Amino acid sequence: MIVKQLWSFIRKEAMHIFRDKRTLVVLFVMPLAQILIFGYVISTEIKDARIGVLDNARDYSSRQVIDRLVSSGYFMVQDYYSGREQMENALRRGDIQMAVVFAPDFGSSMERPDGAQVQFIADASDANTARILVNYAEGIVAGYEIESTDVTNRRKKPLVVEARMFYNPSLRGVFMSVPGIMAMILILVSAMMTSISITREKEYGSMEVLLISPLQPWQIILGKVAPYVILSLVNAFSILAIGVFVFHVPMSGSYLLLTFVSLLYILLALSLGIFISTVAPNQMVAMFISLFALMLPTILLSGFIYPIENMPVWLQWFSHLMPPRYYISALKDIMFKGAGLFVVWKEVLIMTGFLVAFLFLSIRNFKVRLE
Amino acid sequence: MEASTHVINVRDLVKKFGDFTANDQLNFHVEKGEIFGFLGANGAGKTTAIKILCGLSLPTSGLVEVAGYNVKTHPEKVKKSIGYMSQKFSLYDDLTVFENIRLFGTIYGLSTPEIKKRSDEMLSRLGITKQRNRLLSTLSLGWKQKLAFSVAVLHRPKIVFLDEPTSGVDPITRRQFWELIYQSANEGITVFVTTHYLDEAEYCNRVTIMVDGKITALDTPSALKAQLECDTMNDVFLKLTRPN
Repeated sequence: MIVKQLWSFIRKEAMHIFRDKRTLVVLFVMPLAQILIFGYVISTEIKDARIGVLDNARDYSSRQVIDRLVSSGYFMVQDYYSGREQMENALRRGDIQMAVVFAPDFGSSMERPDGAQVQFIADASDANTARILVNYAEGIVAGYEIESTDVTNRRKKPLVVEARMFYNPSLRGVFMSVPGIMAMILILVSAMMTSISITREKEYGSMEVLLISPLQPWQIILGKVAPYVILSLVNAFSILAIGVFVFHVPMSGSYLLLTFVSLLYILLALSLGIFISTVAPNQMVAMFISLFALMLPTILLSGFIYPIENMPVWLQWFSHLMPPRYYISALKDIMFKGAGLFVVWKEVLIMTGFLVAFLFLSIRNFKVRLE
Repeated sequence: MEASTHVINVRDLVKKFGDFTANDQLNFHVEKGEIFGFLGANGAGKTTAIKILCGLSLPTSGLVEVAGYNVKTHPEKVKKSIGYMSQKFSLYDDLTVFENIRLFGTIYGLSTPEIKKRSDEMLSRLGITKQRNRLLSTLSLGWKQKLAFSVAVLHRPKIVFLDEPTSGVDPITRRQFWELIYQSANEGITVFVTTHYLDEAEYCNRVTIMVDGKITALDTPSALKAQLECDTMNDVFLKLTRPN
């Protein structure tokens, strides 16, 4: 009888979801729209970046360097300048993203021990892009240097720093955003939708009726969250499928582990949702808590868009409290590095800890409310 | 335990929230098949008392027995023997009439054929067989309330608690609603009802009036009127709640 009660309750909850067309659209269209937007529009990829050249040398070597920059496909020469002021104006106006400045004696100085001078001036108002541009250009110039000088004449450079981007060698933004979008959508569906749907019962007064009925509190909670577990999994896999098949995001790890980690994260998000619903008096508050306490930090602090290493230290500490951080990190390890449980055990453990903590808090709050 | 005709038995019930005493030494019992009215101004402690009777809240002290079970020790058994309908919530708007009946029928442990049989009976008695598969949101408030009452007694509980069941409905519907209440009482279901409408108090067998967490009067409506030399329950209520 307990199973039958529970089943009828789950069916009721599913009907609520499927009869609310607006929510349904939010639930299914939004994840797809998100990944397409992140995949196609917000791209941190470098392609045909506009550069300007201030070539004070005008010799064979400087032309070679420019040719190489252009033929790499990353850069496109927008203009040549005759004076520094002209170049700076172009940079300021945003006509070019980076300027390449050759010293007057560039070609001849290449053979000298203190080296030749080439300067990259990047528009760092977009700091991420600027850094990537300079890194790329440096790599290309270094390559030219090695090729064009013979071994004996090569400058006494004790070591050549070669920065390579592993796991995402072409720095494709969409690779980074798939785990992030999954983390965000799952928080949204699991935590926000459940907290709203539970507070709705409170607001309408039906929770009272349910609590007075022979249904046990755990049946009510389980019945309310069960449909969202399934919805969340469907969402997670549709995001993953688009990432893998449309954007060719690598998936080198085990799907089983990925499912396990995602399920753990979904349960964590649900427990967070239940916790919110024990705190929030109505749907409005539940939504605001979910949006401002969950969505924004997920986007900003979990390493989804901004690298955690670049944050001020106190924010870095704060980001340790963001459950999505661990999910994103585990997902990246599994998807890009093919990591197994032995690599992501720490994340799994931390997420389990969060899950237990939120469940404990919810149960405690639930009891307090009943008193 | 008192005589077995008492389906509700409350002795020295006290409920405190911190320093505030919501229910102060309540003593009453309700007979089987009785329509028991529970009156009081807002904040007098009605809702607190009803929550304790339904097992939703625990008494600070005192004995509360509902349907023969102590609410403190056997809340689950109490929950199975009662029905409940609140002022705020009637039924789910986005489910059809039958889906609502089926949901609550199953929750109260009725079998599927039993639910079918009883819902057919109920719908034909209410005269809304045609609306069986319509969404509840398409019905008027009056119909929703009548349906909610019928759902609350679908599992034939020993007692049904009605928390301001008729607030917001028109006088004709209220009359029809009370006819439903009488029908159920005739079938042996005890009705425990709180209301704001004092004309409805006249329909009850016995009435309690609560003021500031205490029961200030408990008797039949006619006895109360005679005792306080009033013509209507309205005057009785005003005299008790505002003595000056």
